[in-house]
Amino acid sequence: MRRLSQKTWPARLESLYPSMDFVSSFAMGLGYDAGRIGEMELVLEEVFVNIIKYAYPGKEPGDVTITCSEDDGSLVLDVADAGVPFDLLAAADPDITAGVDERPVGGLGIYLIKKLADDVQYRRDGTWNRLTLAFFKNR
Amino acid sequence: MEITSEKGNGCTVVSVRGKIDAVTAPDFEKTLAGLLERGETVLLLNFASLEYISSAGLRSILAMAKALKAKGGKMLFAGLRGPVKEVFKISGFESIFKTFETAEEAQASL
Repeated sequence: MRRLSQKTWPARLESLYPSMDFVSSFAMGLGYDAGRIGEMELVLEEVFVNIIKYAYPGKEPGDVTITCSEDDGSLVLDVADAGVPFDLLAAADPDITAGVDERPVGGLGIYLIKKLADDVQYRRDGTWNRLTLAFFKNR
Repeated sequence: MEITSEKGNGCTVVSVRGKIDAVTAPDFEKTLAGLLERGETVLLLNFASLEYISSAGLRSILAMAKALKAKGGKMLFAGLRGPVKEVFKISGFESIFKTFETAEEAQASL
């Protein structure tokens, strides 16, 4: 049977730990090791915080819906928000060789998402941003 | 997250335990900013008990490193392990900061 689990939270910082717990218990159920689960939590934090910061500007924060599923041996996270269109894949990678003075503060979150997830897809679905992240069990 | 700071050999040793994430990074940054205000210029961040760091923590580190550098000071790191070491590597922090296996080695370099 294909496993699937879905939950919705308001896009607030207080929702961060509950959403991380939700994803890590799903991953534990699939037998992911602690190291890979830690990376998954990190990616989720970066995605969630981006939504908190940018999806619902100047208004009451809307929701974030996370769907965990298993697809052909990998864990797939689908993160959906009804905020302003935002394709994080379009962001340029930071220059990670720049020194302390040259480096802008920020911009590393999206880079960590791209580096730690095995696959990242974005699509605008009507009024929704849908980010689909895949994590293989073994890298 | 728990932070303790103590006077070391030519530096102030700041030990952080637990997680530096979007929730705790503001407190982490406030602690470092407080040390800067007190006139500390060389900060040794001991991350031997740090389990997790996200971009929110990296952002605080970079902001404080810039402020320190402007005052002629510097920041060095010791005890990076597991996921924290990996995040430092991916983000290039490993090459812009001096990192040491232990706090003792870091202090001996000063």
